[in-house]
Amino acid sequence: MSTATFRIWRGEKGAGKFQDYSTEVSSGMVVLDAVHRIQAEQANNLAVRWNCKAGKCGSCSAEINGMPKLMCMTRLNSLPLEQPVTIEPMKAFPHVRDLVTDVSWNYSVKKNIAKFTPRPPDAPDGTWRMAQKDADRVQEFRKCIECFLCQDVCHVLREHHMHEQFVGPRFLVYAAALEMNPLDQADRVPALRQQYGIGLCNITKCCTKVCPENITITDNAIIPLKERVVDRFFDPLTKLFRVFGAGSR
Amino acid sequence: MAEHVTHEHDVLVIGAGGAGLRAAAEAAAAGVSVAVISKSLLGKAHTVMAEGGIAAALANVDDRDSWRVHFADTMRGGQYLNSWRMAELHAKEAPACVRELEAWGAVFDRTADGRILQRNFGGHRYPRLAHVGDRTGLEMIRTLQDHDIHLGMDVFMEYTVVALLKDGGRIAGAFGYDRERGRFHLFRAKAVILATGGIGRAYKITSNSWEYTGDGHALAYHAGASLMDMEFVQFHPTGMIWPPSVRGILVTEGVRGEGGVLRNKDGRRFMFDDIPAAYANQTSDTEEEGWRYTQGDKNARRPPELLTRDHVARCIRREVREGRGSPHGGVFLDIAWIKNRIPNAAEHIKKKLPSMYHQFKQLADIDITVEAMEVGPTTHYVMGGVRVDPDSQMSDVPGLFAAGECGAGLHGANRLGGNSLSDLLVFGKRAGQYAAGYARENSLGVIHSDEVAAAEKHALAPFERDGAEGPYAVQHALQDMMQDLVGIVRQEKEMLQALERIQEFKLRASRAGVSGHREYNPGWHTAIDLNNLLTVSEMVTRAALERKESRGAHFRDDFPAKDDKFGSCNIVIRKGPGGEMQIRREPIPEMPVELKQIIQEMK
Ligand SMILES: Cc1cc2nc3c(=O)[nH]c(=O)nc-3n(C[C@H](O)[C@H](O)[C@H](O)COP(=O)(O)OP(=O)(O)OC[C@H]3O[C@@H](n4cnc5c(N)ncnc54)[C@H](O)[C@@H]3O)c2cc1C
Ligand code: SF4
Ligand code: SF4
Ligand code: FES
Repeated sequence: MSTATFRIWRGEKGAGKFQDYSTEVSSGMVVLDAVHRIQAEQANNLAVRWNCKAGKCGSCSAEINGMPKLMCMTRLNSLPLEQPVTIEPMKAFPHVRDLVTDVSWNYSVKKNIAKFTPRPPDAPDGTWRMAQKDADRVQEFRKCIECFLCQDVCHVLREHHMHEQFVGPRFLVYAAALEMNPLDQADRVPALRQQYGIGLCNITKCCTKVCPENITITDNAIIPLKERVVDRFFDPLTKLFRVFGAGSR
Repeated sequence: MAEHVTHEHDVLVIGAGGAGLRAAAEAAAAGVSVAVISKSLLGKAHTVMAEGGIAAALANVDDRDSWRVHFADTMRGGQYLNSWRMAELHAKEAPACVRELEAWGAVFDRTADGRILQRNFGGHRYPRLAHVGDRTGLEMIRTLQDHDIHLGMDVFMEYTVVALLKDGGRIAGAFGYDRERGRFHLFRAKAVILATGGIGRAYKITSNSWEYTGDGHALAYHAGASLMDMEFVQFHPTGMIWPPSVRGILVTEGVRGEGGVLRNKDGRRFMFDDIPAAYANQTSDTEEEGWRYTQGDKNARRPPELLTRDHVARCIRREVREGRGSPHGGVFLDIAWIKNRIPNAAEHIKKKLPSMYHQFKQLADIDITVEAMEVGPTTHYVMGGVRVDPDSQMSDVPGLFAAGECGAGLHGANRLGGNSLSDLLVFGKRAGQYAAGYARENSLGVIHSDEVAAAEKHALAPFERDGAEGPYAVQHALQDMMQDLVGIVRQEKEMLQALERIQEFKLRASRAGVSGHREYNPGWHTAIDLNNLLTVSEMVTRAALERKESRGAHFRDDFPAKDDKFGSCNIVIRKGPGGEMQIRREPIPEMPVELKQIIQEMK
C-alpha cells in the first residue's frame, strides 16, 4: 500500500474547482476504485456514475489526466502516480455535478434515427437466415456500450457544439449497424446527409482512438456510410440509374 | 409537505432492465400509457452485464431439444421447488420471445446454416443458449431499448422510487426522487410493475452493481405483498478473485461451456470427485468424454464442470478449505489448455469469449489464451422475490405486478444459467400484458396525502441527522456480516447472530447522516437504499433459518441433507400487522400428471 493524490473536479453546472484527495492505493486498483474509496471515506456526496465495474455498461466515462476513458478500466499502474491524477467530467455535454454530465442529448438523437425494419421472414416459423460473416460486420458496431467517449472527443461536438447538425460518431456507428444489417430495409442515406450531418465529419479518427470497445468507428462505419452518401447524391451515373429505376440499393 | 411533481399513467414500470423494458413494450403495444423509471441511465441496468446467453429450446443445434426437456431441466435444477406452472410457461414461450428479439433487431451468433446459434451451459441437457459472444445481455438490453423508444412511452432515467402508494388494498402509484435535482415525484398509475432486479449488494463479494439493493423486494414487502424463496441466493462459482479490487466480477459459465476446466493447485479436475446422484446419468465419466461434449458430440455427456452452480460453488469452497486452492484463495479455471486439442485455439477463445479475454487482460494482466484464471464463488442472483400468480405475474396486492429477478417462482432452489434472460422476456411480456389489462379495467386509485408525506419525511431524514457515521460505513459492515454469517454455508448459531447484528445495523442506519444538498448526492441515495438492504438481509436470514435442510443454493452445515418435509413447501414472508416479519411454510400446489410424466421420462 502507498498513497496517491487524485485531483477531482468538484462543483455544479460548470462552476467548480479541482480538489485534491489523497488515498491509499494497492496493486490492481482502477481509477474507479480510488474514486469509490474517496467517496466512502472522505466525500460521501461525490457524484459519479458507474454500474458494472467491468467495462460493460459505459456509465463511468470521464477524462483522466485529460484522456477520455472508462474509470473502471483504467488501471492505476498505467498512470504516473508521482503526480496527482486529474479526473474531470466529459466536456462535450452540459455539466451536472462533480463527474456527472447531462448526456440526455444522446438519447434524443437516437429517437430520430429510423428504427430497424426487417424484410419479411425467410422461413415460415418467422425466422431469418444470416451468415456469420454478415453478422460479424454488424456485431462489431453492436458492441457499443454507449459510453459516449467518442462523442466527447469529436471536435464537431466538443469544440464547435454542432449538436443540432451532427449526430456524432456514436450514432453514425448506430446508423451503420442498421444500414449494414442484411435484414434491414429502411433507407437512412438521405438522412445521413441531411439530419445526421455525416459531411461534418472530417475523418480525424479521434473517436476511433478512444473507443473502449475498439470499434473501428471511422474506417468501418463512417467511411462506408460516406461512400453510400456520395454514391447516391454525387455520382452522376448512379443518379441517372436511380432516375430510371435501377436504384443502387 | 414539500413540493412534488405529479405524473399520471396507466401502467408504471419500475426498472429498465430486460424485464422492465419487455413489460413496457407489451403494455405500450396494448395501447395504454406507460412510464418507465430507472435508477440509472437507459441501457445501463444489470441486464447489460449478462454474458453467456438466453436459454430457449429453439432446437437449432440439437433437434432433440424441446420445451419438455427445458421444463424438466429447469425443475431438476430448482430441486422441484419451482412454480411448475411458471417453468412450463417459460419453457414453452421462450423460443418465440427469442425470435421476437431477432425481429426487433438483435443479431445473434449464427449456425452454419444461418440460424441462431446455441451453446452449452450448466444444467441444460442440450446446447440451448442463444448468444452473442459473451455479451448477450448487451445485445438484449440494447434491442429492447431501441425498440421501446419508438413506442411513445415516457422514460424517467435516474429516478428512484422510495415507496409504493396504495388505495385501500390496491396499488395507486409510487413516490420517488430524481437524482439530478433531488426533487420528489408522485407517479399515479392504475397498475405498477416491479422489475427492479436483485439484492447482491447485501454481500461483500458480488457480481452485482450499486443498484442491486433489493428495492423492489423491500417496496413490495412494505406494500403488503408476500415474498418467497428468499433463502435461495445464488453464489456463482466463478468470480474473479485477484487483484482484490476486481474480486467478485463475473467470469461467465460460457468459459466452461467452451471447454474450460476447473483444477486445484495439484492440477486435479476435482469436479470429477463428487457428482450428485441426480446428475450421474448425464455426466461424463472421463475427461475425454467431457471434451467431446463441449465440442458438440451428441453422444457424449457433459463434463462435471457444467453441473449446477450451487454444487460447483460448494466443490470450489471445499477445495479451498481443504488447502488445495490457488494462491489467492480460489481454484484455477483453464481455457488455455484447449490449444492441445484444436488449432488456432487463441483466436478461437478470443472470438468466443471476447469480453472475458479483455477483462482479464486489462484488469488482471492475464492472457486467458495462455494462462489459467483464478476464480472463486461470488454472490450473483436471488431466486427469491415477490410471489406472483404464474400466469399474470400479479402479486397479492391487486394492481402490483413483478417480473424478472425481483419476482420468484421460476427458478426454485437454484437457477440455471441462461434461464434469467429468458425469464425476463417471457414474464416481462406477461406482466406487461396483464398490467395493461388491469389498467383498462380499473381507474386511478386515490392518493392519500399522509402516505406521501410519510414517504417524503422518511426520505429526507438522513439530512436531519448529524450522525458521526456515514451510510457507507454501515453498508460495508452489513456486507461483511452477511458474507460471513449467511453465505454459501450456513448454520443456526451464526444466523441467529446475524439477526442480532441486523438490529444493530438498523439502529446505526437510523443515525447515519449525510452532508451536502439533494442534487446528485450518492451519500443520500446510499442512506435510502440501506434501509432496503437491511430489509432484504433480514428476509434472507429468517427464511434460511426456517429451512432446516440443504437444498439447491441453500446449504446448512447443521442440516446437510435434503429433507422431504421441506421438498414440498416454499418459505413465504409477509409483513405482519404490527410491522413484524412473518415467516410461514406454504405447500406447493400439486403438479398435474402430464408434467409429472415429463419429469419421469427425463429422469
Ligand atoms: C455479470 C452477470 C452476468 C450474467 N449473465 C447471465 C446470463 O448469461 N444469462 C442469464 O440468463 N442471466 C445472466 N445474469 C443474470 C441476469 O443478467 C439478471 O438476473 C437479469 O438481467 C435481471 O434483469 P431484470 O430486468 O430483472 O433487472 P435489471 O436488469 O437489474 O434491472 C433492474 C432495473 O430496476 C431499476 N431499479 C431498481 N431499483 C429501483 C428503484 N428503487 N427505483 C427505480 N428503478 C429501480 C434499475 O435501475 C434497473 O433499471 C447475469 C448477471 C450478472 C450480474
Ligand atoms: S473521425 Fe469524424 S466523427 Fe470521429 S472524431 Fe473525427 S470528426 Fe468526429
Ligand atoms: S462507439 Fe465506442 S466510444 Fe462511442 S459510445 Fe460506443 S463504445 Fe463508446
Ligand atoms: S462501470 Fe460500467 S463501464 Fe465502467
